[in-house]
This record gives sequence, C-alpha cells and structure tokens, in this order.
Amino acid sequence: MLEVQHISFVAADGDTDKEILDDVSFCVDEPFVAITGPNGSGKSTLAKIIAGILTPSGGKILLDGEDITGLSVTERARRGISYAFQQPVRFKGLTVKDLVSLAAGKRLTVSEVCSYLSEVGLCARDYIDREVNASLSGGELKRIEIATVLAREKSLTVFDEPEAGIDLWSFQSLITVFEKMHERTQGNILIISHQERILNIADRIIVIANGKVQKNGSREEILPGLLASRACPALAK
Amino acid sequence: MDELEKMLLMQIADLHKVPDGAYNIRKNGEADGRRSTPHIRIESRKDKKAGIDIFVSGETKGESVHIPVVITETDYKEQVYNDFYIEDGADVLIIAGCGIHNCGQATSEHSGIHTFHVGKNAKVKYVEKHYASGDGNGENVMNPTTDIRMEENSRLEMETTQIKGVDSTVRTTRGVLAAGAELVIREKIYTHGKQFAKTDFSVELNGDGAGADVVSRSVAADSSRQEFYLRIDGNGKCHGHSECDAIIMDEANVVAIPALAANNVDAELIHEAAIGKIAGEQLLKLMTLGLTEQEAEEQIIKGFLS
Repeated sequence: MLEVQHISFVAADGDTDKEILDDVSFCVDEPFVAITGPNGSGKSTLAKIIAGILTPSGGKILLDGEDITGLSVTERARRGISYAFQQPVRFKGLTVKDLVSLAAGKRLTVSEVCSYLSEVGLCARDYIDREVNASLSGGELKRIEIATVLAREKSLTVFDEPEAGIDLWSFQSLITVFEKMHERTQGNILIISHQERILNIADRIIVIANGKVQKNGSREEILPGLLASRACPALAK
Repeated sequence: MDELEKMLLMQIADLHKVPDGAYNIRKNGEADGRRSTPHIRIESRKDKKAGIDIFVSGETKGESVHIPVVITETDYKEQVYNDFYIEDGADVLIIAGCGIHNCGQATSEHSGIHTFHVGKNAKVKYVEKHYASGDGNGENVMNPTTDIRMEENSRLEMETTQIKGVDSTVRTTRGVLAAGAELVIREKIYTHGKQFAKTDFSVELNGDGAGADVVSRSVAADSSRQEFYLRIDGNGKCHGHSECDAIIMDEANVVAIPALAANNVDAELIHEAAIGKIAGEQLLKLMTLGLTEQEAEEQIIKGFLS
C-alpha cells in the first residue's frame, strides 16, 4: 500500500517560486488507482515524487507503512516501486534484451524476454537484439518501456500516461497488460491518464487540479461526473 | 608459453591454445611459432625490417590467420612491419592484436605497421585488439598504423578495439579505394587515468561506387584525453560516412575534428559527431530498475562499447 501524506512541491519559476503541488494526500490500496486532471495540474510531478526522482518540499510518502520519503530512486526501486516513464529513454548500445534483463534483475533467456515483448504486442524476434535507440519509433519505445516494468513484477507500479504514443496498439491490449500484471503481482497499479477507457477500469479515481486533490472516490462516484461535463478539463485532451 | 603470455593471448585474440589455420606468434621480438597453410603463406620479410609477409591466395574461402604480438618485458621497444597480400577473390579473417604486460619502471612500446593489398573482389575481415596490463610504473605505448589499398569491388571490414591499459596510442589508418570497393571501420576506445589516444583516419574514395563507413565510439574517463581526426575524400561517384560518438566523464577531454572533401559533384559524404556526458535520464531510468548510479553508469558504458 502506498500512502501519500500532505505532499507539496515548489519549483523555482524565474525569480519567484511556483507551487506545483499543495497538500496532496491519498492512499493507493486497491488494484487500480487512476489519477486524472488537466495538463499542468502536477500529476507527473507527483509520479516523479513517488518514484524518488523529485524531492517534495513537504510531506511524506509511505510504502507498506515504511517512510520512504528520504530514500533514493534505487532504494525505492529495490523496495518494490516500478515507474514507467511518460517519455521513454533511448540508449545507444543497450539492446531490448539487455534492458528487459536489467529490469528483471537477472539475465533472462530469449524466451522469457519474448514473452514480455509479446505481452506488449511486439513481435519479439524482430526486437530482441535491437538497440533501444532512435531507430525505434515512439510507439515501439513506449511498449518496450511498459515491458520493462512488466519484467520487474513489483508491488507498486506507477504509469505516467501509458496511452501516449501507443496509437497503433489497442487500448484493450494495454488494459489486458494491466490486468495480467495485477494477477501476477497482486500489487497496486497507479495510472496517470486522461483516457476514459483506462479510467473505466480504475477502482478509485483521484482528480487533481491546480496542484490539489479535487475529488477522490470510487469509479462509480467520480467517473459519471467527469463524463457528464464535456467541458471537464480532465477529459478535454 | 607461461600463464601471463596465455592471458595476454586470450585478451587480444581469444586464443586458449595454438589456433587452427595459419598463425604467427611474436613474443618479445622473437618468433614463437608459425604455421602456413596451403592457401595462406607466412614468410619473414626479405628486407631488414622486423615483421612478416602474409600471402593469401585467391583460393582462400573462410579461412583465418592469427598474428598476435605479446610483450612481457619492460623497456622493450619495437617497430614491426607486416604486409598482407590478398589475391583477387580471396575471403579471409585476420586476427591481429598486441598485448603488453609491463611490470617494470620503463616504457614498453609496440608500433605495428600493417599494409593491406586487397585484390579485386576479395573480402577481408580484420580484427585488431590492443590490451595492456602491468603493476609497475612503466608506460605501455602502442602506435598501430594501418595502410589499406583496395582494388575494384573488394571489401574490408576492420574492427579495432582498445579498452583501458594502454597509456599512449596514436592510431593511424589510411585507405585508398578503387571503384566499387567498400571499407567499413568500427573503432572502440576506452581511456582512463591519464591515458592519451589519438585516432587519425583518412580515406580516399577514388572510383565510382566506392564507399567508406567509419564509426568510432569512445569513452574518456578520469583525466584521459582523446583526439579524433576523421577525413574522407570523395573523388568519384562515391558515398562516405564517418561518425564519432564519445561519452566524456570526470575531467576528461575529447576533441573531434572531422573533414570531408568532395572533389566530384556526385560524391555523397556525411559526418556525424557527438560528444557528451551520460544523459541524466538514462541513469535515472536504470536506477528506477534498481541499479545504483554507478551500476547504471557501468551498464550504459558496457552497452555503448559492446
């Protein structure tokens, strides 16, 4: 279980400070929790704070009761946090097999790497020895990024806009990936998304706007309200 | 052959035992074994210079020649000339390399001058590794020079690797290509400490359809220095590509000076150069997979140079 307690984040904006997150608190205790909200509301900042990439100005993060606020990215990863980047990183020289093996924490066999790649809809044979570099398209990189968090099989996985760039692949496949992942890990999956179809599988939806939690409730409570208003900035993207 | 020499041979030529096929092992300036085969003849030079002549007949198909050099003495310096005569239509793998283990206080130095005469339609793969170790203060110096002359429609692929150990190196490669000939060079260099490595490549594309693809990937760590001079002259309807890609770390210094000379309106020449530190987001991605920053750095370098 992940507990986010009174998190705030202030970023320098020229000579002035800009408040990105203000007293954000919530719990991730269900299989699928979605965070939604308008662009610039602080969602990605929050995901990076959970992964340890950014340090909050105030507040605490607890994982299974342990205060991990002061822990590094590496220590958090080893305690069971996985984080899928919104913009996947390119590596000259590292192959898809290398990267998925590093994610799994052991040298994987070709068939093991293939099974992760197949889950994200990539024909494994064509990709396994390719470098994770600029020769891959944005969509391919995104699916490889998802394969790396699949291979980790950890208790908490944070996806920052997993739908971005997967246009050639169906949302249904992405949702199947989430479901299989939960089946295997029995962990929690936190997804930042604007997509109705992804929000539709969430057990809990948290709406963040202007750096604050605006709404936090079950899908049944929150989703109808979001859909009712076409003007709702959360779904306007 | 003692354990140290075996270790050096393994590092530079992946040799665990006497190789199959033709070979010539040179140890501290002396011949330490030689074998010719029906298709590949190895002879001492006719002039007074140190080194060998290697004759590869046109009948050669998929055979290999190993010509490693091992130096285990301190204060030993040599200049060796090896000439390769590859007949028209031959297909051969040549594995060269130099391993120095210098335990003493003085400098050990090997300068190998390799000249390739590659006949028409011949195919050559040339693999060269440089390795040095030692627990003394003596410097290990290697200055390989490769002079490549390629006739019509021949192909030469050269892989040259120098990972750590060598204190100072000037690597000079010259290529002169006739029509339809193709030269591919892949260089990998890792320097650390106060090492210095200079790469000086120049290729002349003298005929229509000639092509060169030269890629150098390097990592410069600590206060080491690297210099790259890559020049391609396009003198016909040809295509040339050179690339210099360096990761710089710590207090290191890398200079890349590319040059392209198009002397024919149909010459297509491209150069790419990039020098930079390891991207922060690459480190972060691997750290989110549970690696420490140092482990992440090692993996990125290993991948980059693999």
